[in-house]
Amino acid sequence: MIAESMYQELILEHYKHPQGRGLRDPFDAEVHHVNPTCGDEITLRVKVDEGKVLDVSYEGQGCSISQAAASVLHELATGSTVEESLGVVDEFTRLMQGRGQVEADEDVLGDAVAFAGVAKYPARVKCALLSWMAYKDAVVRSA
Amino acid sequence: MFDVDLIRKDFPVLSRELPGGRSLVYLDSGNSSQKPNQVIDTMRDHLAHHYSNVGRAHHTLGAESTAAYEDARDAVAAFVKAPSRDEIVFTKNASEALNLVAYAFGNPIATDARFKVGPGDEIVISEMEHHSNIVPWQLLAQRTGATLRWFTVTDEGRLDLDGLDDLVNERTKIVSIVHQSNVLGTVNSVSPILARAREVGALMMLDASQSVPHMPVDVTELGVDFVAFTGHKMVGPSGIGVLWGRRELLDAMPPFLGGGEMIEAVWMDRSTYAPVPHKFEAGTPPIVEAIGLGAAANYLTGIGMADVKAHEKALTGYALDALGEIPGLKVIGPRTNIARGGTISFTLKNLSGDDIHPHDVGQILDDAFGIAVRVGHHCARPLHLRFGIPATTRASLYLYNTTDEIDALARGLHHVQKVFG
Repeated sequence: MIAESMYQELILEHYKHPQGRGLRDPFDAEVHHVNPTCGDEITLRVKVDEGKVLDVSYEGQGCSISQAAASVLHELATGSTVEESLGVVDEFTRLMQGRGQVEADEDVLGDAVAFAGVAKYPARVKCALLSWMAYKDAVVRSA
Repeated sequence: MFDVDLIRKDFPVLSRELPGGRSLVYLDSGNSSQKPNQVIDTMRDHLAHHYSNVGRAHHTLGAESTAAYEDARDAVAAFVKAPSRDEIVFTKNASEALNLVAYAFGNPIATDARFKVGPGDEIVISEMEHHSNIVPWQLLAQRTGATLRWFTVTDEGRLDLDGLDDLVNERTKIVSIVHQSNVLGTVNSVSPILARAREVGALMMLDASQSVPHMPVDVTELGVDFVAFTGHKMVGPSGIGVLWGRRELLDAMPPFLGGGEMIEAVWMDRSTYAPVPHKFEAGTPPIVEAIGLGAAANYLTGIGMADVKAHEKALTGYALDALGEIPGLKVIGPRTNIARGGTISFTLKNLSGDDIHPHDVGQILDDAFGIAVRVGHHCARPLHLRFGIPATTRASLYLYNTTDEIDALARGLHHVQKVFG
């Protein structure tokens, strides 16, 4: 069963128990991103103070991959520095766009390494990247 | 005698193995159908032994290619009972056929009053249309200042005809609706709408992309003015579609695309045009695709469209029963097996009552069971908005599908509910 390499237990756990879900105040920037091919969408806010990410809050709808990716993003980014978190975003993007050929740096990615299997499904890569691209956009706007 | 096991042997892809040793359960024919050997061999044979340009090549191969291309037109004309072969226009797909007609309206070249459109005139479509029967009419409305109006859809997934007399009125120039919905499976009743269109002098077009492949369609019997359909959904190749239109209307319409073979004579400042259908077939057409479509029409005729319809009706009843037993599954479209085809779209919840996204449903069905369905809005976003859902999972059946495959789908859906439980 190929699917099991995509739907890792960790992904399903995050999907069923999303971390940090819900839009919160205060925030410095809010963005809304849409995946037009499937209608998945996310509204995401960031609160940044002196280079530190104090909160990433979000609300959205979509498949398990897109929802779990947002939950993992929240856990990884909140409490880290903007610089560190953007490094994780870059590594995650590299992994997702690697068509399953890229060896992920687990030290950088942490739990996000569970999405490695998604990279083999071109149609689903956008699902995984939706919230992460929204985060990158929000951080840029908050500066 | 309709024998699904024999039919399946005609389609080589149905016996292939997917990676990981899964067998294929193809329930996505509404998206695009698979091809039988009869079509594949005809196209291969033409490419290998007879291929040349059509119409304009005056040598042996040109004559053979032209004959095969025009034979295909005869086959398609016979398939939909067109009164004249000249009423069959080859296009690249159903979308082009719909656009061809939409662009005839409001075109300053058109002298016939029936095609004159301006502010105050109305165009009528429905909420259950594929984007290809929405956007061309939106564009027409934008070009001309005409008003776009539409039939709404009932909760059961039928056209709401309550406001018919108001919706289709003296201002209506054309009514263009789908014959069989690509999402709901609903087969629309044409006659009451057509009767009203005739009463007010409006033209009527049918998007028959999902009906011509699945039931006997007789364009004369339908009585409408234009019918669009496509090759790849009726066991033919992609890249070839068909516009059927009444000869008298096709003659009155301006050309759509200009180019080679659609002309009679050309001067530097003006041209006269070839008679229909060639007036609408500018440039080298999809020759081998048209020939493949002719083979597809002959293949389906050989099996018998009444039998194809009966097989799919039985299968649809079986599928509605099987899916109806899955808790948390909601069919979007008619639940009764009356005036509906074998296209079944649905939403699915897990046993705790949470929605499972169609992308997740489709992924598990494919990866774990080799079941191919379509997920998303199926190019009918307004219809999904009407039902307040972003997407559905759609199983669409055809002549080669079996009750075993429906059983596999039902088992697969139970498994999906466990994974996302």
